[in-house]
This record gives sequence, C-alpha cells and structure tokens, in this order.
Amino acid sequence: MKRIVLAAVAALTLGAPAALASGEGDLAAQSWSFDGIFGQYDRHAMQRGFQVYKEVCAACHALKYVAFRNLADLGFNEEEIKAIAAEYQIADGPDEAGDMFTRPGRPSDQFPAPFANDQAARASNNGALPPNLSLITKARAHGPDYVYALLTGYRDPPADVVLGEGMNYSLAMPGNQIAMPPPLTEGQVTFADGTPATVEQMSRDVVQFLAWSAEPTLEERKNAGIKSMLFLALMTGLLYVSKRRIWSKLH
Amino acid sequence: MSNSYRGSAVVRWVNDRLPIFTFLDHQMRDYPAPRNLNYWWNYGSLALVALVLQIVTGIFLAMHYIGDARFAFDSVEHIMRNVNYGWLLRYLHSNGAALFFLVVYVHIFRGLYYGSYKSPREILWWIGIVIVLAMMATAFMGYVLPWGQMSFWAATVITNLFSAIPLLGQEIVAWLWGGFAVGGPTLTRFYALHYLLPFVIFGLVFLHLWALRTVKSNNPLGIDVRGPQDTVPFHPYYTSKDYFGMGLFLLVLAGFVFYAPNYMGHPDNYIPANPMVTPTHIVPEWYFLPFYAILRAIPDKLGGVIAMAASLLVLFVLPWLDTSRVRSARFRPIYKVIFWFLLADVVLLGYVGSQPAEGIWIHIGRALTAYYFFHFLILTPVVGKIERPRPLPQSIAAVVLKGGKA
Repeated sequence: MKRIVLAAVAALTLGAPAALASGEGDLAAQSWSFDGIFGQYDRHAMQRGFQVYKEVCAACHALKYVAFRNLADLGFNEEEIKAIAAEYQIADGPDEAGDMFTRPGRPSDQFPAPFANDQAARASNNGALPPNLSLITKARAHGPDYVYALLTGYRDPPADVVLGEGMNYSLAMPGNQIAMPPPLTEGQVTFADGTPATVEQMSRDVVQFLAWSAEPTLEERKNAGIKSMLFLALMTGLLYVSKRRIWSKLH
Repeated sequence: MSNSYRGSAVVRWVNDRLPIFTFLDHQMRDYPAPRNLNYWWNYGSLALVALVLQIVTGIFLAMHYIGDARFAFDSVEHIMRNVNYGWLLRYLHSNGAALFFLVVYVHIFRGLYYGSYKSPREILWWIGIVIVLAMMATAFMGYVLPWGQMSFWAATVITNLFSAIPLLGQEIVAWLWGGFAVGGPTLTRFYALHYLLPFVIFGLVFLHLWALRTVKSNNPLGIDVRGPQDTVPFHPYYTSKDYFGMGLFLLVLAGFVFYAPNYMGHPDNYIPANPMVTPTHIVPEWYFLPFYAILRAIPDKLGGVIAMAASLLVLFVLPWLDTSRVRSARFRPIYKVIFWFLLADVVLLGYVGSQPAEGIWIHIGRALTAYYFFHFLILTPVVGKIERPRPLPQSIAAVVLKGGKA
C-alpha cells in the first residue's frame, strides 16, 4: 500500500508539466523581470528569495549544483559569501587518519543537501520526496508561474473533495493534492530591507532566486544574444548586398 | 600541369605538389549550376552548415560530458553552469539539431515538389534518404544522453519497438540495451554511437555530393540543362547566395539559442532519469512527431513499427511510383495540388503525434496515416498517368532571359 501511495505522489509531482498543459492546474501568467529580450534578474528580489530558501525551503529541499561562490550573482561580495558559506557544515575527508569529518563551508562548496539520500528524505516527509529546487523552474512547464502558483495556491478543500492522508489542497497542483504542507505564512521571514513578508512577496522573491539557480547564465546569454543578433543581422545584410552585386552582372 | 595554375608563387608551389586549388576550381568555379535555382535550393548547403555546426559543438561538449548513467545528468548541468560558454555550446547543439531537421525536411519537400528524385537522380535521392535515417538515429541517441526523464523514457519506448520483431524481438532488445532494461550500458553505447554516426553522415554527404556532381542539380523548371547559356558557375553565384541563406539561418538559430533555448525541449528532461516513475505523456522531439503519429495509428505493435518504417522506405521506390516524366510541379496541375495536401497531411500528423493517443485523435491519426500512404501508393502513380502536364519551356535560358520569373 505504501508503495502505491509513494508512486502516486511521485507521479503527481513529476506529471505536473503535462497535466498543467492540459489545463488541470490553476496557473496565472505572472510578469517577471527576467522575461523578454532584455530581461534580467532582480538583485534585491533574489537576495530576499535566497533568504526565503535558506530559512524555509532548505529544511527539506536540496539546491544541487549551486555553489556558495555562485551567490556573487546575487550581488553578495566575497566576504559576505565566505560568511554565508561558513554557516554550513560540510562533510569532508577522509583525513590523514582515514576518518571523515565536517568543517565550515567554503565558497567553492555546493549547498549541502538536507537529507543524506532519497530514502531519508521520504522517511522524514510522510513518504513524499521533496524535489531538488535548483532546476525546478526549468523542470516544470511555465516553471516560474508554476512555482508561484503552487506557493500561493493553498486553500481549504471544497466540501466534496476528500484528501489523501497527510495531503493538502492546492489550486496549482494537478489533481489538487500536494504532500507539502503550506510552507509560507505571513511574516515568516524578516527581510533586512524592510519589505513586508507577505506570502505573495516571499513567493515572488523565492521564484526569482530559483529561476536564477536554474538558469544562472540567463543574463550572460541575453547580453551575448543582443551582440550576436546585431552582428549576424549586419553580416547577413552585407552578404545580401554582395549577392546582389554578383548577380547583377548576369542581368 | 606544372605552373598551369594562376596565382601567387606560393599557391603555384603548393598546387604543383598537391593540386588542391585546381580541385577547388573544378568543384566550384567550373561547376555549372542551372542559372534559375531559387531560394529553395539553399537548403542543401544549409544542411551541411548545420551538420558542421553539430559536429564542432558536439566535439567540445564531449570534452565535458560524461557518458555514464551515474554522472551524465550532472555533467550536463556542469556544462551549463561551470564550463565557460558551456550553455552556449549545449543550446547551439540542441537547437541546432532541431533546425538541422527543419532544413532537411524543407530540402526533402523541395525535392518532392520539383521532382528531384526522378531519373537520373534516383541514387542521389536514395543517399539522401539514408542520410535522414542516420540523422534520426543520431538525434534519438543524442536526446538520450542528458539522461533526463524524457531521455530515459524515449529510449525505453523506442528500443522496445524492436521487441515487435517476431521470434528474436526480446533478444534483440536485450542486445541493444546491454542488459534487461534501459540502463547504464545503454547510455554508454548510445554515446559511443552518437559520436560515430555524424562522421558516417559526413561520408554519406560526400557520396550525396558525388552523385550530385555526376547528375547535376535539378532546377525549378525541372528540364535538363541544354548548354552553357542555361548555367552559371557555382562560384561566385551560388556561393554568394548560399552565404546569404546561411546568414538568415544563423539569425534564426541565434534567436532560439539566446531567447528561447528550451522552447523546443521538454521540461521533464530537466528531471533526472527515474526508472520508477513514468511521465504522464512521453512525447518525442517535434521532428519525430509525424512518425510517432503513424506508429500509434496502427493498433498492433508490429504493424505500427512496420507502418512507421514504411513511411520512410516508401520514399526509396518513389522514383518508380511517380509515373510522370515531367519533374517540376509547376507544369503538373494535379500533382501540384496533391503535393500541398501531402505537406498538410504530414504537418497534421505532427500535431496528432503531440496529442495523447486517445479519443478523436486516434481516428484523425489513422485517417492521416491512411492518406499518407494513399498519396504515395495510389495517387502518385495514378496522377502521373491521367494528368495532362502543361507544355515545358524550350530551355532554362529561354525562360530566364525572356524576363519571366525563373
């Protein structure tokens, strides 16, 4: 029985994009600073979003592939990054005696996962597996909108809906059932810049952070894109002119 | 031979010892191409540009990718995050593959419209079909390499097709997998083959060009070249035209790479492969969708595989199915109509392939599949017999120099 529940939860989680595309979930299109040709990440929102991840999401969700040094993208300087890294204990070793040990994190370390393995994660989460978040906005259709809708889409279930054991009612989740309890409550974090920590604000900010963690090269890409497109347009124009000149000899 | 070549002393010195300049002259400057080729003839050279782009970006990706099921997904993320311009290499490679297919499909439909498969170009056409088949194998195996959910399940679905082969099916599938399920050995051998096949394609392209140089290019009028007045030297006329086309192609590619790099991909492939969880809808890349629709149109597994294979293999016998001696659809009033119906049929098949195989889509898919084969096996031979082609022009030069649009 437990296996079936696990499989169902996993299927619900992983089946999300396709189901969303077929209109099962409630997904409003949001406007993001990183949309569009000139879109860039919002540094302040990312720093707030990082705080939300660190203080809330990180309890259960890993942020694989992201190193502390990458936080420079958010606008942190070297000293700040060293300080952030040092807050974490990183498993290292073996040392000269052959023993594993833990030490404070360094900028080159990646964010440590909250659980040693998937089994440990499931055991602590009522059988559900909290997915790694560093690719979540790319691993779901309309990822940023989806994550925002998920975080702000918790409701009391309608009278005719019977929820599975330990499940919560969600407007965004396909099938409307989600194992994760509502992660954000009003005022849950205290933003250093004084921004009021509403659920919507925290959700928007953490989406900025997660979008960056999924696609850290977005700004580099779009900047290179403008230069490349201009160069190619100019080159193509010149190639067209030379083609015209060469062919004009024929007519 | 010696000193016959014009140019600087260095050029002549080299040419006397290895006549590469004479060779290039023969291939480019002396090669007569019909003077009336339109922009649909750009897609052949574009396909070569795309192939070279895939090989170059692929070689650099291979320096960082790890062909092991335990590390493949992570190594792709390593490329995306830590390798300098790794994101550019990968997005060029993945979007380049899709545009390579787009270019080749246009190239094929150009051949269908202007009758480029007809005598004396049958072998040229055959080599082209073999190239497409090799491209499909390469693209499929390349799609498996990131080892995401779609990679894994695409590999599972496609390799399982071979189990439809009577008697030996299961043995063949186990042999392809290197085990009893898609797994590490499958990924590693796909990587090896994915690196090999592009060079096989390159060899096939050489044969394709060799055959082309022998029978010469077809042209929009579909009539034979009668003399020098019908042709222009390939260089500089078509080289300059091809370069312009290449510029446009690179603009489109850059548009995808820089502004919508995952548009043609699937979000599920950013989830690591998990044999325990099947995605709700397993969908191939868009360039396989028409064939996927044909596969699913037949209720029987073996029948579906046969139909899918036949949809490509029928092209081999097309030169004999088409009973008309007139090449270009410009002079074939009925064929021109059924050509557009075929194109619409294939596009719609692609759409059906993207939809879940249920309800009305099953019936639409079957009707479209039936029409696909009806087009090649019935319509094409019959139309060739009953159609009265419009009179062909005397020569290419007569049309071009009269000021009429070529």
